[in-house]
Amino acid sequence: MNGFPLLILLLGLGLVAWVSARVKASRFTGRGADRPHSLPSYHGWYVALWAVVPALIFIAVWSSVTPGMVTQAVVADPAAAALPTVPMERSAILSEARAIAKGRLASGFNPMSTELAPIYEVNQGRFDMYGLALTLILAFAGGAYAFTRVKSDFRARTRVERVVMAALLLASLIAILTTLGIVASLLFESIRFFKLVSPLEFLFGIKWSPQSAVLAGQANAFGAVPLFWGTIFIGAIIAMVVAIPLGLMSAVYLTQYAKPGFRKWMKPILEILAGVPTVVYGYFAALTVAPAVRTFAATLGIPGASSESALAAGVVMGVMIIPFVSSMADDSIAAVPGSMRDGSLAMGATPSETIRKVLIPAALPGVVGGVLLAVSRAIGETMIVVMAAGLAANLTLNPFASVTTVTTQIVQLLTGDQEFESAKTLAAFALGLVLFIVTLLLNIVALRVVKKYREAYE
Amino acid sequence: MNSDTALPARKPTDWNTDAMQQRIRRRYASERRFKLLGLTAVGVSAAFLAFLLISMLANGLRGFTQTDIKLPVDFRTAPILIDPATLKGPNVDQVLAGAGIQQVTQHAAVAAFGPDGGTMVSDGAWLVVREAIKNDPSILQQRVDISVPASTAIDLAAKGHASSGAEAAYAKLKAANVVSTSFNSGFLVESDATDPTLVGIWGALKGSLLTMLVTLALAFPIGVLSALYLEEYAPRNRWTDLIEVSINNLAAVPSIIFGLLGLAVFLNTFHLPRSAALVGGLTLALMTMPVIVIAGRNAIKSVPPSIRDAALGVGASPVQVVFHHVLPLALPGILTGTIIGMARALGETAPLLMIGMRAFIATPPDSLTAPATVLPVQIFLWSDEVSRGFIEKTSAAIIVLLVFLLTMNGLAIYLRNRFEQRW
Repeated sequence: MNGFPLLILLLGLGLVAWVSARVKASRFTGRGADRPHSLPSYHGWYVALWAVVPALIFIAVWSSVTPGMVTQAVVADPAAAALPTVPMERSAILSEARAIAKGRLASGFNPMSTELAPIYEVNQGRFDMYGLALTLILAFAGGAYAFTRVKSDFRARTRVERVVMAALLLASLIAILTTLGIVASLLFESIRFFKLVSPLEFLFGIKWSPQSAVLAGQANAFGAVPLFWGTIFIGAIIAMVVAIPLGLMSAVYLTQYAKPGFRKWMKPILEILAGVPTVVYGYFAALTVAPAVRTFAATLGIPGASSESALAAGVVMGVMIIPFVSSMADDSIAAVPGSMRDGSLAMGATPSETIRKVLIPAALPGVVGGVLLAVSRAIGETMIVVMAAGLAANLTLNPFASVTTVTTQIVQLLTGDQEFESAKTLAAFALGLVLFIVTLLLNIVALRVVKKYREAYE
Repeated sequence: MNSDTALPARKPTDWNTDAMQQRIRRRYASERRFKLLGLTAVGVSAAFLAFLLISMLANGLRGFTQTDIKLPVDFRTAPILIDPATLKGPNVDQVLAGAGIQQVTQHAAVAAFGPDGGTMVSDGAWLVVREAIKNDPSILQQRVDISVPASTAIDLAAKGHASSGAEAAYAKLKAANVVSTSFNSGFLVESDATDPTLVGIWGALKGSLLTMLVTLALAFPIGVLSALYLEEYAPRNRWTDLIEVSINNLAAVPSIIFGLLGLAVFLNTFHLPRSAALVGGLTLALMTMPVIVIAGRNAIKSVPPSIRDAALGVGASPVQVVFHHVLPLALPGILTGTIIGMARALGETAPLLMIGMRAFIATPPDSLTAPATVLPVQIFLWSDEVSRGFIEKTSAAIIVLLVFLLTMNGLAIYLRNRFEQRW
């Protein structure tokens, strides 16, 4: 069915229903016991909902059912008797005929499909007519039924509010559905992957080269340890070496030392760092930072310096994380009771001694929680490592060498050739599952730490 | 308690001794060092941002200009076979496509600038010539000067890149006084192309706008409604806890996981079209929704209970309380959160790569299901190109993206300052 005009038509009908019911209800002018229960607009909404919602549900069901029915009607046609009985050829011809009938294809690869196209078109038109007629009947019937119920003592508001509450509940269930969808899609594909490759080899193998694993027998190439190491090396080590000192010290300076005017300007400026899209950081890392790092390594005479070094990606990622660490540290320092700070200052400690020996130790659980959240964000970060880190799965401690990460490999595995059943594409989902579980655990632990520590001071 | 046993007599500290004075000096010095360290941290972070923005601007501003060459074309001698009458007809493009304009342009360039002339003008120069003929068919009987874009090498030489290898050719053209530099309006209205002198961002920008439209249409209502439910009506039970935990976790899930979800559910289960704005919007909506819910809940929480009590007191129903009073008061805060979430979605690349929005697409998408690309993905694709002309185009596209993001964030801050009420 042609969706958009029908939708407009339906909404128009809904508007008509709303207006007419409202006009009818606004004539109720009873006093005392006859006073109408609901305001006129609630009657309007009641009738409009009856006119539109059943019809919409019908459209949804109808448009998911009709393709099959149309195909059946075409197959039942005498012209389709010559169709091959092999299911694959049969469905190929039928889908080609459908494409021609809808004008997406000029002519079919198979002459049979060109023959079937007009039949398809006729049947499709027939079913569209049925659908349109039934939709309109349903809309009018629903509207008329509701319209007859509009009376002065009819509790329209209660009904409408029940629908509103149902809509609210449905909306909040979408979050659960999304979580379920993520878990299910990752889990199903991963299970299929682990049928081809043993989980132990995947989690503890140290050789990663998915390109060579065309045959299931060569499963040895799916050892993900180099990927895990690369991810930890870039996201949890190099990036944090940059982000923790800079973020923590920025937070300390801005909250404890800076004049209000300076703080007012500097805080949003640092927050811009978090708002820059990651693809921009990736481009910057690849174009500017990586060559500089390589030149630097070459002047130092470090062997194995790559133009896709772990250091370039890690440093840029660290800079991206600075505002995140900084705002978490800011919150935890602010949560330390003022009396502790005042007590330390009153004892004669300088501000820096107060910060180092009182505020930061007291805020440490919060800061640690913030760092864990930052790590979980860093290891899930994709574009910087895709653009600036390499594809070579090395197990190395040299920050100037090239390492690869989980996210880089997911992108790499899924953007090549798109045969969905191969172990190569399924491996991406297994990597995604590991990433999901690790970030989830990090988040749970971090939030628990932060929460526990907040409670300690309240 | 024995109050008679006094503490042992303690000599007051003499702060004037050298040792004490030195100690104080040391402590003050360490205080200054610490303060300086903090300032350095702020400075380094800000300097990095400045460096990033300046390097993008330095590269990117050049991408907004183009070098044109005034190319003399003599149509009287050119082997161009067009009946001027057909140019009035409906199928002008077909007539012109078969007329050999490409060769004519190459010949004209060789005739004007020597044997290398063909490489000095852009591969797409003939398109400009074609447009010129279309606009004014009478030039077919004359010799005219047409401004065509220069090739990448000449363009780079004109912009002062020392190593483009075309300095000599550029100097020659400059001496002949046929080059000029102008604003590259094509960059804003064209789409992707294989030649860096011809690319534009309109296709990607339109793709981004369509994707954002889908995202907003889904994430905003769902996000606001769930925030209202959780904050105002939800009973405290296991289900509500489950919803809350899901939303908080979704906000922290890496964006690429949403891409995997989109690939597995929207493409492989529902068979929606690959690389379409619809699928991109759906995927980003799932990612943006938790952000809106969290911002929305905070905004709703900050509306004081007295408002609700007053409304209930004059007889409003619970739904009326929320939709007539709480929601309008919380709306500025919700909108601020929505804009910030949308800005994040606009800059997002990784999930869209997963659902196939990385194809080469040379025409702007004309529907939600047409193949489309978005601005960040376009930047990613151009950054992979080998041709040096793409560097400045990539940076220019980044500037456009950053302008959009800064505008959105600025709008969010403005809304917050202008409308947010402190109770």
